[in-house]
Amino acid sequence: MTAVLASSSIERGGLSPRAIRMIEAVIIPLGALVASAALFSVFLLFLGKSPVTFFNLIWTGGFGSAFSIQNTLQRAAPLILTGLAFAIPARIGLTLIGAEGALVLGGFSAAAIAIPLVRGGWTPWIGLPIMAIAAMLVGAFWIGLAGWLRHYRGVNETISSLLLSYIAIAIMNFFVEGALRDPASANKPSTMPIGDAYRIGPMPGTSVHWGLAAGVVLAVILWLLMSRTTFGFAARMTGGNVRAAQAQGLPVGFLVVACCAIAGACAGLAGFFEVAAIHGQANASLVAGYGFTGILVAFLARQNPLAVVPVAILFGALAAAGGLVQRRMAMPDATVLVLQGMIFVVLLVSETFYGRIPFLQPKRAGDRS
Amino acid sequence: MSQGDLFIVFIALIGGAIRVSTPFMFVALGECLTEKSGRINLGLEGNLVLGAMVAYAGSYTTGSPWLGVLMAGCSGLVLGAMHGYICKLPKVNDIAVGIAFMSFGIGLAFFFGKPYIQPTAPRLEAIPLGGWSSDPLVAQALQVNPLFFLGIALALFLRWAFANTRWGLILRMTGDSAASARAMGVSVDLVRLLATAAGGFLAGVGGAFLSLFYPGSWNEGLSSGQGLMAVALVIFARWDPIRCVLAALLFGAAGALGPSLQSIGVSQGYYFFNAAPYILTLFIMIASARSKSAAREAPGELSIVK
Repeated sequence: MTAVLASSSIERGGLSPRAIRMIEAVIIPLGALVASAALFSVFLLFLGKSPVTFFNLIWTGGFGSAFSIQNTLQRAAPLILTGLAFAIPARIGLTLIGAEGALVLGGFSAAAIAIPLVRGGWTPWIGLPIMAIAAMLVGAFWIGLAGWLRHYRGVNETISSLLLSYIAIAIMNFFVEGALRDPASANKPSTMPIGDAYRIGPMPGTSVHWGLAAGVVLAVILWLLMSRTTFGFAARMTGGNVRAAQAQGLPVGFLVVACCAIAGACAGLAGFFEVAAIHGQANASLVAGYGFTGILVAFLARQNPLAVVPVAILFGALAAAGGLVQRRMAMPDATVLVLQGMIFVVLLVSETFYGRIPFLQPKRAGDRS
Repeated sequence: MSQGDLFIVFIALIGGAIRVSTPFMFVALGECLTEKSGRINLGLEGNLVLGAMVAYAGSYTTGSPWLGVLMAGCSGLVLGAMHGYICKLPKVNDIAVGIAFMSFGIGLAFFFGKPYIQPTAPRLEAIPLGGWSSDPLVAQALQVNPLFFLGIALALFLRWAFANTRWGLILRMTGDSAASARAMGVSVDLVRLLATAAGGFLAGVGGAFLSLFYPGSWNEGLSSGQGLMAVALVIFARWDPIRCVLAALLFGAAGALGPSLQSIGVSQGYYFFNAAPYILTLFIMIASARSKSAAREAPGELSIVK
C-alpha cells in the first residue's frame, strides 16, 4: 500500500524524493541560520546594541577586504579538518566530540618530533612530512581509541572522547611544563621553536597557509570515499542500522575504528598546521576551541564532507570578525560563542522539519488541491 | 615520604574530597533524576558554568550568597526546560541537543560574566566541623559547606521518593517504558520536561558552589568537564542517588590528588595528577560499560546504554 502511494506520488508530484531531500538539506540549515541571526538580533536589541552594525562588522571583518578574506580562510583551515573529524564518524553513527584533544596531541607530537629533526639538521622536505605523519598517526590513535572502546567495550563514545580530550591537554601540559620545555619560554611554557626553516610558508600569491589546501583536498577525498566506494557504503549502512550491517557480514568493528582513525588523522593534521604554520611551537595556544567549533560546522554541513568547506569558511569569518566586533561595539569576545551556541540550538530544532515542510511533500493520490 | 607527610596527604585528600565532590554530587543527582525519566542531558556542563556565573553575579549584586545560589538554580532550570522542550520535538537527537546546550550555556556565561571576573562577591559560609581538633590542617579540611549536607539530604530524599511515592513511580515508569506510561495516561513528554528542568536546576546549584565556595571566584576556567564527568558518574553509580554521592566523593578525592601531593612538595607531574579524575572516569566507564548489573538497573528508554 505504502509502496503504491510512494510510486504514484513520484509520477504525480513532479519532484522526486531525492530532489526533495536535497532541497531540504539546503533550505532547512539556511533557514536555521536566518532564524538564529534574527534571534541574535533580538538579543542585541535587548542589550541596546545595533544588529545592523553587528552584521555589517561581521561582513567587513570576514569578507570586507583582501586582508580579512585571507584571515577568514586562515581560520577556516583547521575548522575544515575538525569539521571532517566530526562528520566522518557521524556517518557511521558515532557522536565523537574529541577532535580538540586529537588536534592538541597531534600538534604537540609534531612539535616534539621536530626537536631531534631540527637538531640533526634534516632538510624540511623530509622533516615536515615526518611531522605531519606523526601528528596524523597520533590523532588517529587517539580518536581510534574512542572508537575501539565504543565497539569492543561498549563505552559511550561521546563522553569517552571528551574525557580523552582533557587527558590529551594534560599530557601536552605535562611535557611542555617539564621535559620538553624550552627554557627561553618564561611566561608561556612551550616546546622548542621549530625554527624558520621548518615553518610552512603561505600558498603562492596569498598569506594563507597550506592547511587550507590540505583541508579542501581531504574534504574531496573523503567525500569520494564516503559516497563512491564500498567502504563508504558499508560505513553508511552501519550508521543506518548496525544489526543489519552485522547480519550482512560487514566488518563493523573495522569500519568503526577506521572511521574514527580517519577523523583523528584529520584533527591531528589540523594540529600539525597550527604548529608548523601559525605558532612555530606547541603550547597552550593550541587549545583554541577549533575542535568544538568543528562539531557545529559538521552539523550545519549535514555531515557532508564537501559542504564542510563552505560552512567552515563561514565560521572562519565569524572568528576573524570577532576582534573587530569586540573593539568597535565594546562587546566581550564571548559574543561569537553566544552566536555559535544560538546557531547550534536553532539548527537542532530545525531537524524536526525534515519531511514536514508542507509544500515539499509529495502529493498523495487522495488529496487533490 | 615520611609518616607525617602521609597524614598530611590523607587529611588533604579527605578535605579535598568533601570540597571537590559537592558540584559533582549536585550535577550527578540532577542527571540521575533526568536519566530516570528516560532522557539524557549531556549539556549539564553548560548549566554548571552558567550557574557559577549567575551565582557569583547574584551574590555580588544582592549581597546575599544564598540568593545567588537560588538564581543559579533558576538559570539551570531555564536551560533544562529548554533542553526538555526541544527534545520532545520529533527527529531531534537528545545527545546532540546536549552538546549544543553545553556550548550555548558556556557562551552565555562567558558573555555576561566578563564584568564579574574582577570584583569580589560575598561567599557562602562554611560550617567549621573541625573545631574539636587542635591541628589546623584537620580544622581546615573540615570546613564543610552547608551545600554538601544539602546534597546528601537530597540524595536520601530522592532515593526514598523514587521508591515510595507516586511521583517516583511515574518517573521510573516513564524511564523504563514510555509505552506503558502512555497506556496509564501519563504524559511522557511532560514528565521528561519536568525531570530535565529539575535536573538542570540542581546542576545550576552545583555551579553556584564552584564560584561561591570552592575555588570561590568566577573565572572562565572554573569548570573543566565536571558537568560531563558527572554524567559518566551516574552510569557508574547505576542510577542510584546514594551511590551517586559515594561516586562523587571518590571523584572528589581523585580531583584533590594533585593539590594534596603539592601541599607536601611533590610537584613533579602536577599536570598528570590533575588528569587523574578524567583517567579514573574513563577506566570506570570501561569497567562498568558491559556489566550485567548496570544493564539490569538502567532505565529501559535511555539511549546512551542501548
